[in-house]
Amino acid sequence: MGGDRHDVDLSPHVSDEIRKTTCYMCACRCGINVHLRTGENGQPKIRYIEGNRDHPINKGVLCAKGSAGIMQHYSPARLKKPLLRTGERGRGEFKEIEWEEALSLATDWLGEVRERDPRKLAFFTGRDQSQSLTGWWAQQFGTPNFAAHGGFCSVNMAAGGIYTFGGAFWEFGAPDWDKTELFMIFGVAEDHDSNPIKMGLGKLKARGVKVVGINPVRTGYNAIADEWVGITPGTDGLFILSLVHELVRAGKVDVDYLLRYTNAPWLVIDDEGRADHGLFARNDDGEALVYDRQAKACASYKQVGTSAALKGEVTLPDGRKARPAFERLAEKYCADDYAPDAVSERTGVPAAQIRRLAAEIAEAAFDKEIVVDQPWTDMKGERHERMIGRPVSFHAMRGISAHSNGFQTCRALHLLQILVGSIDCPGGFRFKPPYPRPIDGQPKPHGGSKPSEPLPGPHLGFLRGPEELLLQDDGVTPQRIDKAFSWDAPMSSHGLMHMVISNAHAGDPYPVDVLFMYMANMSWNSSMNSGGVMKMLEAKDDDGNYKIPKIIYSDSYESEMVAYADLVLPDTTYLERHDCISLLDRPISEPEALADSLRWPVVDPATQGEGRDVRGFQSVLLDLGGRLNLPGMVDGDGKHLYKDYADYMVNHQRRPGVGPLAGWRGKDGEKNGRGEPNSDQIQRYIDNGGFFEAHVPEEAQYFKHANKAWTDWAIEMGLQDGPVENVFQLYLEPLRKFQLAAEGHGDRQPPDTHRERIKRCFDPLPIWYPPFEGEGLDEEEFPFHALTQRPAAMYHSWGSQNAWLRQIHGSNPLYVPGAICDQAGLEDGDWAWVTSHHGKIKVPVRRMEAVNGKTMWTWNAIGKRPGAWNLDNDAPEARKGFLLNHLIHELLPPKSDGLRWSNSDPITGQAAWFDLRVKIEKAPPEDHPVSQPQFEPQKDNLKKPADSLAYGHEWEIKT
Amino acid sequence: MTSLPASTDKALGLVIDLDTCVGCHACVVNCKEWNTGGYGAPLGDIDPYGAEPVGAWLNRIHTFEVSPDDAPASIVHFPKSCLHCSDAPCVTVCPTGASYKRSDDGIVLVDESMCIGCGLCAWACPYGAREMDPVENVMKKCTLCVDRIYNDNIPEEDRVPACVRTCPAGARHFGDFSDPQSDVSQLVAERGGFDLMPEMGTAPVNKYLPPRPKTKPDSGAERRIEPEAAKADGFLGWLDQALEKLG
Repeated sequence: MGGDRHDVDLSPHVSDEIRKTTCYMCACRCGINVHLRTGENGQPKIRYIEGNRDHPINKGVLCAKGSAGIMQHYSPARLKKPLLRTGERGRGEFKEIEWEEALSLATDWLGEVRERDPRKLAFFTGRDQSQSLTGWWAQQFGTPNFAAHGGFCSVNMAAGGIYTFGGAFWEFGAPDWDKTELFMIFGVAEDHDSNPIKMGLGKLKARGVKVVGINPVRTGYNAIADEWVGITPGTDGLFILSLVHELVRAGKVDVDYLLRYTNAPWLVIDDEGRADHGLFARNDDGEALVYDRQAKACASYKQVGTSAALKGEVTLPDGRKARPAFERLAEKYCADDYAPDAVSERTGVPAAQIRRLAAEIAEAAFDKEIVVDQPWTDMKGERHERMIGRPVSFHAMRGISAHSNGFQTCRALHLLQILVGSIDCPGGFRFKPPYPRPIDGQPKPHGGSKPSEPLPGPHLGFLRGPEELLLQDDGVTPQRIDKAFSWDAPMSSHGLMHMVISNAHAGDPYPVDVLFMYMANMSWNSSMNSGGVMKMLEAKDDDGNYKIPKIIYSDSYESEMVAYADLVLPDTTYLERHDCISLLDRPISEPEALADSLRWPVVDPATQGEGRDVRGFQSVLLDLGGRLNLPGMVDGDGKHLYKDYADYMVNHQRRPGVGPLAGWRGKDGEKNGRGEPNSDQIQRYIDNGGFFEAHVPEEAQYFKHANKAWTDWAIEMGLQDGPVENVFQLYLEPLRKFQLAAEGHGDRQPPDTHRERIKRCFDPLPIWYPPFEGEGLDEEEFPFHALTQRPAAMYHSWGSQNAWLRQIHGSNPLYVPGAICDQAGLEDGDWAWVTSHHGKIKVPVRRMEAVNGKTMWTWNAIGKRPGAWNLDNDAPEARKGFLLNHLIHELLPPKSDGLRWSNSDPITGQAAWFDLRVKIEKAPPEDHPVSQPQFEPQKDNLKKPADSLAYGHEWEIKT
Repeated sequence: MTSLPASTDKALGLVIDLDTCVGCHACVVNCKEWNTGGYGAPLGDIDPYGAEPVGAWLNRIHTFEVSPDDAPASIVHFPKSCLHCSDAPCVTVCPTGASYKRSDDGIVLVDESMCIGCGLCAWACPYGAREMDPVENVMKKCTLCVDRIYNDNIPEEDRVPACVRTCPAGARHFGDFSDPQSDVSQLVAERGGFDLMPEMGTAPVNKYLPPRPKTKPDSGAERRIEPEAAKADGFLGWLDQALEKLG
């Protein structure tokens, strides 16, 4: 029997229609082609989802999550109708109600709070990316208590970058994949830029460019790195500053770059013990001074044609002494504290490896200099005939930032980038529009709150000193429920979502009446101390009332958090909704193009499941805003201004001519960036594949921080309204202002309890200090580090109820280094008790060698509460899966000072997930071991899913 | 017994680059979603939301840890699907003629209308590349997306296997190995592409590119930046010269 008798249809029908929208299986937001085909019930059904080849982000590729979108969209865990709690909190007992009843109830609860005391609403959103709407809504409501999940995610990375050079990694910048000659990636399991990083690594591999992975765990990107630095968690800052030590000592810094683009020459006042010590010397206009070596006099740093000094003591016109910031910097990092031999043991990185890597950085930056023949003009008016590139690039994420020393570590990495001149040059790190956006282009945080009035400005921002803290009249008590912008975490630009429930439960600084959350699984994997948080949400006062009286929650799925809500507002899936991926928020630009995009309902929810009566959360929020008469959401007669989110996306203007979507503005869609609303705008996006893209002019491609052509274009496109100065802040003066306050200077004084840590941690030059949790306990008792990563197939994604993805990652062993296994008598398949200062968990063990010898790890957010997500109570996620969260407390171990400090970075409040210290011991063998702790199953309100799936059987091509 | 063609006009297959694969599973899942609504029976899943979910997949990623004596341990992600062998034992073992190798392009397929679900082919395959569908009890395997690569209903540039089109890192390549000038043949020649378990005598068409050698922590231990600035007054002394050069 040969092969040729078989009849195969080589050209079968694929789909009836392709609709192009934006993926939302994670934060990467790729363009997708959704193939629709008639299903057996006669309704449109999703046949296939592939990447959109024209899309600026993914250029046709699509990851595992995106490809599993079908299972997410048809998940049996989808909520289908508003729910009102009938049983006790946490049990999951609800009755279905109609939308009108749900919205009336929410309006009553919220309206009462707004009239009496808007602070009593805490509105926090999770992984959504509609913060420009949700933040504006909260501002119009008038509560100071709003943030998204940045505080427990990676605010150190964002704030460290923006304070230092007006940019950040993530979707705000990227390596110059096509030109770089050395790439170093720190602490990245996955990132928002999920597919672009993989595509970029593929490009580097194709060109044979060396990739160095710095990560305690050698999986994923680190597995293919040409060199692995298996660093000890929490010591990246020390490693980076040791590289800086090597580079500075040998003069491998780009002096011209430092003089042109940084505050290296700015004069820092030496006035020990006085209120100006360590601040910049300034002229009467407040401009920082430099010392002009030619004129032998001080001059404003803005003056053109000076030859600024980088060293040497200067006597200021008023007689005070000052020195260039760079001299302080050089002294600090040339010191032996940062020598490779001094940091090797602590970091776990051999000194010779540090020295060689520093040499490789220097070689890439200076011996492989790139020259691009593209003339450009800088912001001082100087014409440059070409663009000089230092082709070494870096990327980093939560691994370096989710520590109590993360802000300084992120700053240290940016310091390294800047010293070798590799920010926004050919081959280096590149800004993505609308970035750069330095502090001068960022809002300040706004607080204050009055009944029935909006907040005076946006909640989140970047403050410049103690005078901008959000404190109550006593100058000490925080204004915000999460204590952001207070002495606890002064520069907490993304808020501290991980402290909201804990503080609200404790009534510290005050209780709240309504907790309103969106897409944030706070009773489970999004909180530290998950079990404790569950108890806080259940806790009642002496009168039998819940301490957090009312909880409104919106989610698409029956997550663990749903069980703790009093009122549940069911959201749509990502294929049933309008959304904008806006330049006002977190856009999808690439370095060479400004871009934004939208989602639109490629299918109607009513056709996508029995009894499905769900609404997009953003439309619901605007409806609530109208019912509450919030300014900007109703007209003079109280009529709602926006029918739904789509209407808002088209017609809302944040500034005249600037709205959520940048493309096809103007009456006839002829304007981009700025222009009046265009009623046809959404259709124009859809016709273009769901996105808009405008290419950055050639002259503006690099040096955007100082490039006139970039500034002109950014203003034209509505990214900014005028030039915004961006001098890279190697020496960060706002930190010094906090230190001065801690030293007793100024009107705004921290509590005495805070002085020492502010003096120690708020160094205006990047430093390293040991992570707090390790410092607060006996390191011999808890000798090991434990941390988590999200698997690539689930990063930033919505859970393992996905039938396909849960077959890939359905349970999560604890990966334990071989040496620790041997010491503890552990073998593959054993179970172990892992203990921290706070808790104890029982977990299955897997031996691993490709990991830092002091570090054990697991996949995050695989473990589930029984009954949640419409999974079987015996699902492996519930019985074998586990969360490390139970070991991590939101507070640090008690110290002798009697205070319980937040387990956060003292500067930004970033949750210090990866500071965790543990010990491990073998658990006695059992017949059917399950992970511990276990929780009572939450009651499931949804139809039990089918016992088997044969997705797409109606389209089978017979063979 | 089923016979193999004496030769095939083309030898279509994949090159998988183990130096580039990050193990993200994009290929695995995209393969499943394309093929569950296409060639033959859907790729079923039993107990999809229960205690023991099990489904049929045409492509899986295995992760191995390698622990050499003289270097730190490392991880290799190893995607595996049917290798469309020239000497495919899964074909010759088939009692009904359901398993066959196409003479046009060498793709190994299962004619599901003839498959009795006996599972002999899966036993014969040394790579474990075939999976019995748990719902339909019919043998499933990689078709090299035979319903894509010649399909007039999809754009020409997309007429490649779903796993290749979707791979974010570009670690998967598709082409004709019978043509020494094809991209895949060239890649194999340049990068030392190898056969999986050649000792089994299956002559697989698919090839793997090996991971490139890694830098060890102690390699180049003497290398450091030559301190051109090694002057009596150290870095700050060097700085004077650097500033002089800038003027």
